[in-house]
Amino acid sequence: MIATIALKELRSLFAAPSTWLILGVLQFIFAWFFLARLDAFLQVQSQLAQLASAPGATQAIAVPLFGAAALIMMLLVPVFTMRMIAEERRNQTMTLLATAPVSSTQIVLGKFIALLLFLLPIIASCLLMVLALGADTQLDNGLLLGNALGLLLLAASYAALGLYVSSLTAQPAVAAIAALAALFGLWLVEASATDNDSAWRLLAPTSHFESFNLGLLNSGDVVYFLLFCATFLLLAIRRLDNNRVYG
Amino acid sequence: MPAATPVTLSARNLSRRFDGREVVRDLSLELRRGEVLGLLGPNGAGKSTTLHMLAGALAPHSGQVTICGFDLARQPQQAKARIGFLPETPPLYRDMSVDSYLQFAARLRGAPRVGAAAALAETKRRCGLHEVGQKMIGTLSKGYQQRVGIAQAIIHGPEIVILDEPTVGLDPSQIRDIRALIRELGNVGSVILSTHLLSEVECVCDRVEIMHHGRLIYGDSSARMQQYGLQPGFVVTLLAPPELSELQAIAGVSRAEQVTATQFRILHQPGANPGATLLELAGQRGWRAEQLVPLQSRLEEVFVKITRDEAP
Repeated sequence: MIATIALKELRSLFAAPSTWLILGVLQFIFAWFFLARLDAFLQVQSQLAQLASAPGATQAIAVPLFGAAALIMMLLVPVFTMRMIAEERRNQTMTLLATAPVSSTQIVLGKFIALLLFLLPIIASCLLMVLALGADTQLDNGLLLGNALGLLLLAASYAALGLYVSSLTAQPAVAAIAALAALFGLWLVEASATDNDSAWRLLAPTSHFESFNLGLLNSGDVVYFLLFCATFLLLAIRRLDNNRVYG
Repeated sequence: MPAATPVTLSARNLSRRFDGREVVRDLSLELRRGEVLGLLGPNGAGKSTTLHMLAGALAPHSGQVTICGFDLARQPQQAKARIGFLPETPPLYRDMSVDSYLQFAARLRGAPRVGAAAALAETKRRCGLHEVGQKMIGTLSKGYQQRVGIAQAIIHGPEIVILDEPTVGLDPSQIRDIRALIRELGNVGSVILSTHLLSEVECVCDRVEIMHHGRLIYGDSSARMQQYGLQPGFVVTLLAPPELSELQAIAGVSRAEQVTATQFRILHQPGANPGATLLELAGQRGWRAEQLVPLQSRLEEVFVKITRDEAP
């Protein structure tokens, strides 16, 4: 049943021309950024070669690329999560799901998995661009995979938050703005925390992504992301259940 | 309706409040297989709320709904798989084609994959959608969208079909088709439909429940409803009419009055129909009886009468 819902969501995502437009523009931005970094790296490569422990191609190109992708995810994910539940409610199609023999958990998980499957190729495209360098240079595969995993976890937690916000309203635009505000707020929490060990920093997903970005695979960060996703998915499920009770 | 046919849906003491206002009060009803029940009531009577509760989209504040022996609150999966529901606004994804939408609806309701294509073709035939299968739902006219809405409610072969104002927005010939379809559905399963069109009740429903201020105030077969609060009688046309007193004198006639030069309204006690005697006399005395029409009030009048009788 989860698969049925996920498949339907994916189909309607890809049925919209705007999705393809956004994906195209996104790929263009990523490619531009990638080439700019590559260009910069090539210019300073000869000087770097004289340093004892010089940053490699992965560190000079992939790390900033994934850092930029993480920032773009913050703007991108709310655009796709906003419709997921709010639009169902506005078009009164929620009744179809509510009267079908599926639980709220299945509905939320179906939509969440559809979002992940949709975000996966975006992350994969970043990864593939960097891997294309592998033909001519030595890549740090560990760092690269760590970054991709971090980006995936970050995008998943943004998606979970976006889904929850979408379940609160019947207006997709409100859902998008509210989700963006929440994500931006979390980012500001991190940015405003001057102290590096501040507890505030631990709140923000971006600070946990940073360790992935630097190549640190910390189980605490993984647990943080999983908890973040689980919390907001559970809240969304509860919200849908309450819908049946409060109307 | 013989009592032996199994009860498919039963609701006991349903209540529902919105913002402290009681929209549905202590409502109980029962539906048997092979029955079409019409839920009738003025706007705001709580019809839609009731249907949403029966379909499981809304939880009642108190009371219980049982679908084919499954409690809707405790075993929602089994219960809901046996329901097809068309809300007031059809739940349509405008960016999907009719075919893929109906397939999605069927799979969502747990219809088996085996025979899915046949079920789709059959449903489209029944709802008159065979020509628009590839079209986007958003581009269809209101009437077609309504038919897609009905199709999604019946594609998985549910035992209970719940339709909230199914013929809204359809043209007269479509209304006739959909009513025939509802009758057909009522022969194999059970159907509940809400409407404010009394002619619909007259055409398709076996039984009527009238809702007013969130309560069921009257329930009976739709044929009997037409007799509600009506003194039995008939209108007889006599081309060579006698004196009014002669009609009045016939045994069983409680009141006779002249409507036009040749028409008389005869009222009588229930169970003592003087029609036969009158026609016999007419033959003997040469009154030249042309026709005899039993008095039948229009459903509109009955409806107004019932809701007024119940008003506090």
